Amino acid sequence: MNNQLIEVKDLCKYFPAGKGNTLKAVDHVNLTINRGETLGLVGESGCGKTTCGRTILKLYQPTAGQVIFDGKDISGLKGKELLKFKKRAQIIFQDPYSSLDPRMTIGEIIAEGMDVHCNYNKKERDAKVAELLNSVGMKEDYANRFAHELSGGQRQRVGIARALAVDPDFIVCDEPISALDVSIQAQVVNLLIKLQRERGLTYLFISHDLSMVRHISDRVGVMYLGSLVEMTGSGEIFAHPLHPYTKVLMSAIPVADPEANGSEEELEIKGEVPSPVHAPSGCKFRTRCSYATDICAQEVPELREVTEGHFVACHHCGESGEQQKNA
Amino acid sequence: MAKYVVKRICYMLLTLFTVASITFFLMRSIPGDPLASMAKTLPEQTKENFYAKYGLDQPLYKQYFKYMEGLVHLDLGESILYAGRSVTSEIARTSPVSGMVGGTALIIGTFIGVCLGMVAALKKNRWPDYVVMFIAILGATIPVFVLASLMQYVFAVQLGWLPASGWGKPVHMVLPVIVLGFGSVATYARYIKSSMLDTLGQDYVLTARAKGLSERAVILKHVLRNSLLPAVTIFSSSIVGVFTGAFVTEKMFSIPGIGLYYVSSINNNDYTMVMGTTVFYAALFIIMQLVVDFVYMILDPRIRIASDR
Repeated sequence: MNNQLIEVKDLCKYFPAGKGNTLKAVDHVNLTINRGETLGLVGESGCGKTTCGRTILKLYQPTAGQVIFDGKDISGLKGKELLKFKKRAQIIFQDPYSSLDPRMTIGEIIAEGMDVHCNYNKKERDAKVAELLNSVGMKEDYANRFAHELSGGQRQRVGIARALAVDPDFIVCDEPISALDVSIQAQVVNLLIKLQRERGLTYLFISHDLSMVRHISDRVGVMYLGSLVEMTGSGEIFAHPLHPYTKVLMSAIPVADPEANGSEEELEIKGEVPSPVHAPSGCKFRTRCSYATDICAQEVPELREVTEGHFVACHHCGESGEQQKNA
Repeated sequence: MAKYVVKRICYMLLTLFTVASITFFLMRSIPGDPLASMAKTLPEQTKENFYAKYGLDQPLYKQYFKYMEGLVHLDLGESILYAGRSVTSEIARTSPVSGMVGGTALIIGTFIGVCLGMVAALKKNRWPDYVVMFIAILGATIPVFVLASLMQYVFAVQLGWLPASGWGKPVHMVLPVIVLGFGSVATYARYIKSSMLDTLGQDYVLTARAKGLSERAVILKHVLRNSLLPAVTIFSSSIVGVFTGAFVTEKMFSIPGIGLYYVSSINNNDYTMVMGTTVFYAALFIIMQLVVDFVYMILDPRIRIASDR
């Protein structure tokens, strides 16, 4: 059996931005996710992380490119086949306040997906709802409550239970913790890790919280203005970031004791993120990159494997990642 | 909950009392009286007898207390213009006529309006949206009397399909219902459109799609249900409008509804009739608001809980 659960090839999602412009939210993204692993996807707000996750799930129709799920191209799927895919691939949304229908009880929200995909009778259905609530650490009597009676953390647990209801293999966690109180974040992340172990889930974990991504992910992809600029193992990317953008990101992670880490200087980044409607030619990061040369403006850098399992899209991160340091 | 209901009913009575009092004194401050139009021709003695009969010779405050006393016993008095007919029976006789025309117009108009609003929201910035919004603007801007005359001219005078006015046969209702319903279509189309666009942007719609629900189920179960809620508010005032009748429409189509009588009683200074109808309108309006609040509680779990606490 192929170890890859998901392969994304040249995925693009463009939105019309008025006056004939297009917003390239996701621009030729290539990535793979292995069975049972967590791929973290990080980047600034508006870099296309969420759109990428939603397009992979076909919540948005991709403009171009392929998503291969368990050996099958899902881009053209319709009807029953699409439904089968939706049963296997679910999503947890960022905002636990608006992602639950205010007019439905928790039980109805959780069971709705099961009604579409699974043929349970009422008893099985209720039992399943209770089991799901228990598995996310809530009592089963919450099934009769409404979303507005719950706290943010509880709502997000319901969001997780809802996604699990159809026994998916793959879940896109779309910033599942960023709307939560810090004290609740760890609980929810640990719950996600526990569920992954128990059910053999595969996650695409989208976040801008680098420390949290480091904690949960096996591999990490970094996005900038709709493109993937670097992707490698979670340990590697934090220890040896190669892309200039990733380096800046990593240096921005707050450390517990700055004094002890004196050698690490904080890198500065110049300017603002350009608008994705008028992205720079060639390498999108070149306008803010201190290493940029002519070639960066002319050619779009490909995502290349620089060392084993370490992919970078940069003209100046040749075979040796150390090159820049000497430059 | 019980406490809430009692509180609401007390407020209701207080409002009614205020409306009745203000109307009473406003009516009396209008120059002229029920006899004004024929006063010159009537002998002095007849006038005095007339005033005495309706207590109009008494000081104003005495008349006021007498009226209020009657109101407590739900006695709205006797019409001055139509001797021998009580105001209550007049309202009971004319309001069902208004209710029938207005009710039909409201139900049909609301249904069409909601459907058009849905179409406009789902096809935003495409031709169906523009057509619906054009209809909605027409409905909101064309005065009723223009639309009514236009309808009468086209369908009664030119084509001869429908009677221009009158009452008695079902066919008499067609034109008034169209004229009255057009307003509802316009109001609800615009209201539902904006409310649905708002709902469509909510994450729970995306959640529903992620669950694998069909687009139809997403729209009907999640989007429409949540979008109809704000429309309930305007529906309450629409219901009142049904019973109070549409003055202009009833006049133009000679429909013997309550609106027609209201206007003629104001013209004739029929004090008791005006008072009675106004109090009736006010009571209806307040009761409808109460009903809507309860309907809201049934429809929206968030409000239900809040009021329990």
